[in-house]
Amino acid sequence: MSELRFDGVRVRFGTGRSGMVAVDGVDLVVPSGQVVGLVGESGSGKSTLARAAVGLAPVSDGRITLDGVALSHGGRGRSERPVQMVFQDPYSSLDPRMTIGDSVAEAIPRRALRGSAARRAEVVRLLDLVGLEAGRADAYPGQLSGGQRQRVALARALAGRPEVIIADEITSALDVSIQGTVLNLVRDLQRQLNLSMLFISHNLAVVRYVSDVIAVMYLGRIVEHGPAEDVLGSPRHPYTRDLLAAAPDADVDNLTRIESDPVLRAIADAEPADPHHPPAGCRYHPRCPVGPLVLPERSDCLTVEPGMDHPNHAACHYATEMLTARGLGDPRL
Amino acid sequence: MQVFTGVERPEGLSRWRAGGGRKWAAGLGRWGQALRSPLGATAATLLGLVLLLAILGPILWGDRADAIDTSSLSQGSSSAHWLGTDSLGRDIFYRVLVATRLSVALALLATAIGVATGVLLGAAPWLLGRRVGRFAVATINVAVAFPALLLVLFFAVIFGVGIRGAVLAVGLGMAPYYARVTSTLVAGVSGRDYIAAARIAGLGRMRILLRHILPNIGEPLIVNATLGAGGALLAFAGLSFLGLGVQAPSYDWGLLLNEGLNGIYVSPAGALAPGVTIVLAGLAFNLAGEVVAKKVGLRTANVRTASAYGPVPAAAVDEARPASDKDTAPVLAVEDLHVTVTGPAGPVTPVRGVSFTIGRGEAVGLVGESGSGKSLTALAVAQLIEAPGRVDARRLEFQGTDLLHTRGRAKGIGRLLGTSLGVVFQDPTTSLNPTMRIGRQLGEVVRRHLGKSRGEARARAVDRLRAARVPAPERRAHQYPHEFSGGMRQRAMIAMAMMGDPALIVADEPTTALDVTVQRQVLRLLEEIRAQKQVAVLLISHDITVVGQVCDRVMVMYAGRVVEDLPSSELRTEARHPYTRALLAAVPGMAADRDRPLTIIPGRPVDPAHFPPGCAFADRCPLADDHCRAAHPPLATDGAGRRVACWHAGEPLPVVTEDNVGVGEAS
Repeated sequence: MSELRFDGVRVRFGTGRSGMVAVDGVDLVVPSGQVVGLVGESGSGKSTLARAAVGLAPVSDGRITLDGVALSHGGRGRSERPVQMVFQDPYSSLDPRMTIGDSVAEAIPRRALRGSAARRAEVVRLLDLVGLEAGRADAYPGQLSGGQRQRVALARALAGRPEVIIADEITSALDVSIQGTVLNLVRDLQRQLNLSMLFISHNLAVVRYVSDVIAVMYLGRIVEHGPAEDVLGSPRHPYTRDLLAAAPDADVDNLTRIESDPVLRAIADAEPADPHHPPAGCRYHPRCPVGPLVLPERSDCLTVEPGMDHPNHAACHYATEMLTARGLGDPRL
Repeated sequence: MQVFTGVERPEGLSRWRAGGGRKWAAGLGRWGQALRSPLGATAATLLGLVLLLAILGPILWGDRADAIDTSSLSQGSSSAHWLGTDSLGRDIFYRVLVATRLSVALALLATAIGVATGVLLGAAPWLLGRRVGRFAVATINVAVAFPALLLVLFFAVIFGVGIRGAVLAVGLGMAPYYARVTSTLVAGVSGRDYIAAARIAGLGRMRILLRHILPNIGEPLIVNATLGAGGALLAFAGLSFLGLGVQAPSYDWGLLLNEGLNGIYVSPAGALAPGVTIVLAGLAFNLAGEVVAKKVGLRTANVRTASAYGPVPAAAVDEARPASDKDTAPVLAVEDLHVTVTGPAGPVTPVRGVSFTIGRGEAVGLVGESGSGKSLTALAVAQLIEAPGRVDARRLEFQGTDLLHTRGRAKGIGRLLGTSLGVVFQDPTTSLNPTMRIGRQLGEVVRRHLGKSRGEARARAVDRLRAARVPAPERRAHQYPHEFSGGMRQRAMIAMAMMGDPALIVADEPTTALDVTVQRQVLRLLEEIRAQKQVAVLLISHDITVVGQVCDRVMVMYAGRVVEDLPSSELRTEARHPYTRALLAAVPGMAADRDRPLTIIPGRPVDPAHFPPGCAFADRCPLADDHCRAAHPPLATDGAGRRVACWHAGEPLPVVTEDNVGVGEAS
């Protein structure tokens, strides 16, 4: 059992007027042994949420618990850290002056293994786990390719004997040709070690491939949440649908339809909202193709913020209508 | 004094490197090269001489320098005493030589104290956490505001006259400077992900400082310390000269200078000699510091410096050219293009023999992995490869004008490129000048190239911003780049590329840094511009699906060559090169089977320093045979104009997954 739970988590940077709430009251559960995919655009707060879970961002409100116990990141000494993270840029996440063996060894909790022989054996085991030869332990990051570095980063995360791994955009800095090998490895490891995992990416196809559950974040809030096939197969929130439409192999007809309608076009070209000044009401309304800018009678979107307590697990006042309208083939949806 | 803060990731070049051994050899070669340069040779000789004197001086001439000769007091230069004698009849020449040890040793000691104190102070903000750290930073900033010499004098008075006091004074006087440098360097490194990773692993701050931060800021610190040693030498000589430093009977250059000055009318050489040595020794340290800084700086520079040059914006059409010529001729014709750049171990040629043409209003995509040479090809077309990089081609024509052989007459070419070629780079944050309003930045182009007035330029900039679908363009033109979001900045870049009616826009990974929803907006914008204005587009991307969506034609590059060129409508069905097909298969689609491993391309891209003799893709190709490894396949054109370079073009592929190749990339 290792369930990571976010309860009303709020992360605020700065104070007063210049302050910004990057994560605003997020409830999210990463069930034991499952992969939760977190998608959203830059500025949505998904990386901040991840950093909060490992203590790199200050939680100003709410709780992050592992199996009901609050995570503590304070204190010196090398207590075990049950939540580990893999970073986006493998060119910056490994110390260039340290061999990869040392980098991995450093992350092994001191209490877990004593003696340098045992630690070395553990390093070899971890490198083997991620598909790197033992001889590579003496290599420096500069001698490895991006994909290999990301393997080392995974080995280092595993060295901490984690129960939960947070993977923050781990393939977005890699070439497409290498992305596949890292994703395959992540899936194998997750199944083999029965890890719980929070997998963050802006690429829906990648998230879909590894995740059991998908959560969609927009401007610091989770706007849709559910089993992967439901969220991607019949998305309830207009933002999720927008993301799906933007996927490279999406329906091209969709684009031409937006082209022909000036209102839809203006909305599609709208600038992403500024996290410093989130809009009132539903945060998505300035970009929403089924919101008050297109359908003026939906004025409640301007004033009332929809919650996630909706039966469809989507923070949209009209999620239910959208589902039915979709069945009827309303061209605007 | 030059502040050197080059801690940019030193592995920036390393995507080009393969083996550790070669890296070492390159490192030694680099320093050897530095020593052979005039500056390096001078610095090394001077520094060697000073250090040698410091070591040997007192051993060889210590007795003679201290020998008191009452028969020749305060004499001028003579054959017995080259530089004359002092008031006790001691030989000044030998005294100057012997004084080297004390002068240099004290300077180095003071520098060591300064650097050590500075590093401690500078690292304090990191060790003490945010709140106390802020106070430490403020203290350092206040201390830096005092002139160093003032601090030195202040400390010298406090610690009292004498060697110990002077060393402490000079050391502490230098400390604020090093504290500032250290805190800046620490702040730069502590943002790195590997520091975050170490924190997550539960390492204490002290341990992270010692193991991760200090090794990574060591290089620039040492450079600054070497430069600082020269300053310390001068400061020390100054203190001794004022009588605050070394006291008789010990003596250093400053004291000798002081003594010599008393008799300057009798024996000018006695004052001149210590003065000259102080200058020479100071010079030795500073030059050595410069050489080290230069070498370290070079190493940390990124290979893709070319993309740091600003955009080449387009302005108005070139009116001189007859219209008929422009309509039929290709906008861009490239034949057998080679680009050579400096690698870590000598020159490499990552682009070797690329040929293509782009017709008017045509959108062509250039796809490949990192290191395939696609970006260098684009930069070569835009004439952005700077020396020592070299561009060779049999033909490189833009709008019918030869770009290669008219390079000397830069003015005409500059105007042609400036007026009809637009470039959009991957990172809009670095390609716009952050201190200039968007409107002025765009307008500058037409003002410089076409001599438009400020008002006309501004009107045009607003018009182009509107065309690039920037909302409220009048207001936006007044804003600075940081007030734009990433997608808006990229639109501003596109607007800048369209300041006139360009014939070609080169877009190098224009959407890689953007979110998917914004990516769609930017691609649609490029598509519209092309359709409305008949502008040709060369779109470079690592994502074959993006290119396939936008372009008429897709060229796939591998290891510096075009391996396939086909209409994008046929990409999914008619691709014949195994690499193209592998690239297509490697993109996980929304329909990928979640229970099966993703298709991968085994192996890794070829190092441009070691291209194999045969097909460069052979090692990663499921169809490769001995012929492929021996002979390079030519780029053959078929009847429909499609091109492919493969001995086995179009043959059915076995399915490649990790199951049947092992862990491809890792081995």
